Amino acid sequence: MTTIDKSGLQIPVNTSPKKPPVSVLGGFLTVLTYLITFIFFFPILWMVLAAFKTEQQAFNIPPVFAYTPILDNFRTAFERYLPALTNSLVAAFGSTLLAFVLGLPAAFALAFYTTKRSRGVLTWMLSTKFMPAVGVIVPLYLIFKGFTLFGHEFKLLDTQFGLIIMYTTMNLPLVVWMMHSYMTEIPYAIFEAARVDGAPVWLEFFGMALPLSLPGISATALLAVIFAWNESFFALNLTTSNATPLSVFISTFKTGEGLFWALMSAAAVLTVFPVIIFGWVAQRQLVRGLSFGAVK
Amino acid sequence: MKFTAPLISAALLLSSAATTSLAASTITVATVNNPDMVTMQKLTPEFNKKYPDITVKWVTLGENELRQKLTLDIASGAGSFDVATVGAYEVPIWAKNGWLDPLTPMFAANPEIAKAYNVNDILPGVRTALTIGGNLFAVPFYAESSMTFYNKDLFKKAGLTMPLNPTWNQIQSFAAKIHNPSGGTYGICLRGLPGWGENMALFTTIVNTFGGRWFDNNWQPQLNSPAWKSAMTFYVDLMKKYGPPGATSNGFTENLTLMSQGKCGMWMDATVAAGFLSDPSSSKIVNSVGFANAPSASTKRGNAWYWSWNLAIPKSTKEKDAAFKFLTWATSQEYIALVAKEKGTWASVPPGTRVSTYNNPEYKKAAGAFSALVLGAISKADVTKATKDPVPYTGIQYVAIPEFQALGTQVGQYLAGALSGQTSVDQALSQGQAAAQKVAKDGGYQK
Repeated sequence: MTTIDKSGLQIPVNTSPKKPPVSVLGGFLTVLTYLITFIFFFPILWMVLAAFKTEQQAFNIPPVFAYTPILDNFRTAFERYLPALTNSLVAAFGSTLLAFVLGLPAAFALAFYTTKRSRGVLTWMLSTKFMPAVGVIVPLYLIFKGFTLFGHEFKLLDTQFGLIIMYTTMNLPLVVWMMHSYMTEIPYAIFEAARVDGAPVWLEFFGMALPLSLPGISATALLAVIFAWNESFFALNLTTSNATPLSVFISTFKTGEGLFWALMSAAAVLTVFPVIIFGWVAQRQLVRGLSFGAVK
Repeated sequence: MKFTAPLISAALLLSSAATTSLAASTITVATVNNPDMVTMQKLTPEFNKKYPDITVKWVTLGENELRQKLTLDIASGAGSFDVATVGAYEVPIWAKNGWLDPLTPMFAANPEIAKAYNVNDILPGVRTALTIGGNLFAVPFYAESSMTFYNKDLFKKAGLTMPLNPTWNQIQSFAAKIHNPSGGTYGICLRGLPGWGENMALFTTIVNTFGGRWFDNNWQPQLNSPAWKSAMTFYVDLMKKYGPPGATSNGFTENLTLMSQGKCGMWMDATVAAGFLSDPSSSKIVNSVGFANAPSASTKRGNAWYWSWNLAIPKSTKEKDAAFKFLTWATSQEYIALVAKEKGTWASVPPGTRVSTYNNPEYKKAAGAFSALVLGAISKADVTKATKDPVPYTGIQYVAIPEFQALGTQVGQYLAGALSGQTSVDQALSQGQAAAQKVAKDGGYQK
């Protein structure tokens, strides 16, 4: 009994000296994490700071940290903001919706109705991402500039619909791949049970696969929206004035003569702002979605 | 149910896309985001007072983005643009490609516009640069050359005076006396940022005045010639000894900032900077900035460059008449007077295009300190006689062939390599010679 008591006493005595080193290391790691986070965050902070400066202050060397913030840049940038914001919202959300309408059934079929070609189909879809965008821009442009179908002339250049199609094809592989991996995490036995009870395929899809993969859907949707939101190469080349989204809006402030850093920073802040809101709203779903299937 | 919403909106968008092109007389103007063009955009309501039936849409982009976009659109015949802003370098190339509509026949078909417009009022050198095979293919929106800016305060302190026509040797000796890096001032600021329109624009003018050229009449590259070697040795030496640190990342904007903050003794760059340096809202040296001609060395030919931003009509346009009306409005005397009225000063009007601007007493008064120098530089700059020895190409600070963008940028990188000390001048020159040889051969220029 005494020995037990002794050992019982000894345990805290032995472990307590070990605690301080752990917390010193922990503290160091915490500081290091904050430091690294700050380094990564600094460009964004600098962008926000520059947005409230005069052009002279934004360009000054050494950098100016103390200054009277001004709103002139935002006022100027805002003049062209709303049409571009509308285009970005329509293109990003429209393309994401369309990508899900097409991609979810595909992911479902590839996950639960596998054939010997399923793997090949998945790899083929991914292969559309192998080539850099610039490699296809000329043929795309020729298609977008107009074609006649059933006696109707379709012109996709500089239209929101053209951007939606472009971003849908861009995000479709992402949607199919991510949703495929989420859906394969759903136990197959659930579907077998449903089939025994005579559930048709559409019920399997709408009643079971969709609700069960909701966290995955929201995470994938946020990613797809962000990719479409930030895309600038296709936007720059395939739109001119009616359908230009925010990524092109930023580049319209670049000039070869004179200073433009502060104004461009204000435009960038206005562009990033809506995405931060989406991310903030979707945060909880996103964390659940991203960790989904991590513990297996 | 979830499917119907996107499908309906898609159908609506598609139908709206199909109908927008039916609206008559809507023109799309593509332009760079330079201050003078921003003014043009703001004055659109004035254009509509004159032509209420023409709606103007604007596409404003950075120079490189615009170039890429215009090339793709015009070459594919998509016809998204009715008026395009085209640089002096591209006008002859695009005209030869058949991408631009010649303006001479349009002036002939519209005698009323032609009379008010008065093509002969455009500076002769500018007209030469925009005329290809007897046809005018573009009209100048503004034109520029290069010149010397210097800080009178720093010159006074060092007991120096800047001659009106300095030589590069004089510039070097001035820079040596002014250079004081510990006090935050540098003898000279020059472009070092690699690019055909950046360091190579300035450096090609140095090569010209040192007696060099890019190619001889048989398209044999001349980068291994003594003139190139002495020009590059001079530039690298000058910048290493008396330039600011990290000069290889300095382009026009960076140098403008250094100069306007009083950190440079001298700066050779575009004449358009004269206006910026004289503007109290962006410059700290308004009262001490001095102007002189671009420096020269063994020959005066090609020591100052010529550049203009011009308006042209792409062949693919479907609104040729409306486009012509816009283009002649935006480059007219009437427009220049309008800018002066709107801005409240004649110093802000688009420079370098019309004889009448420089004969205007109000312009002379407002831009007095530099207007005569700018006019002199632009009227002396001749794109057809830019080098001591004959060449098979046009252009002062560029070679007007499509391959020059890539070649100039490549050689610009070798030059920056020599400036930063990564390679020697000899290495940079032999690399450049090989690149130029490849272009001349692959492009089929050598016979």
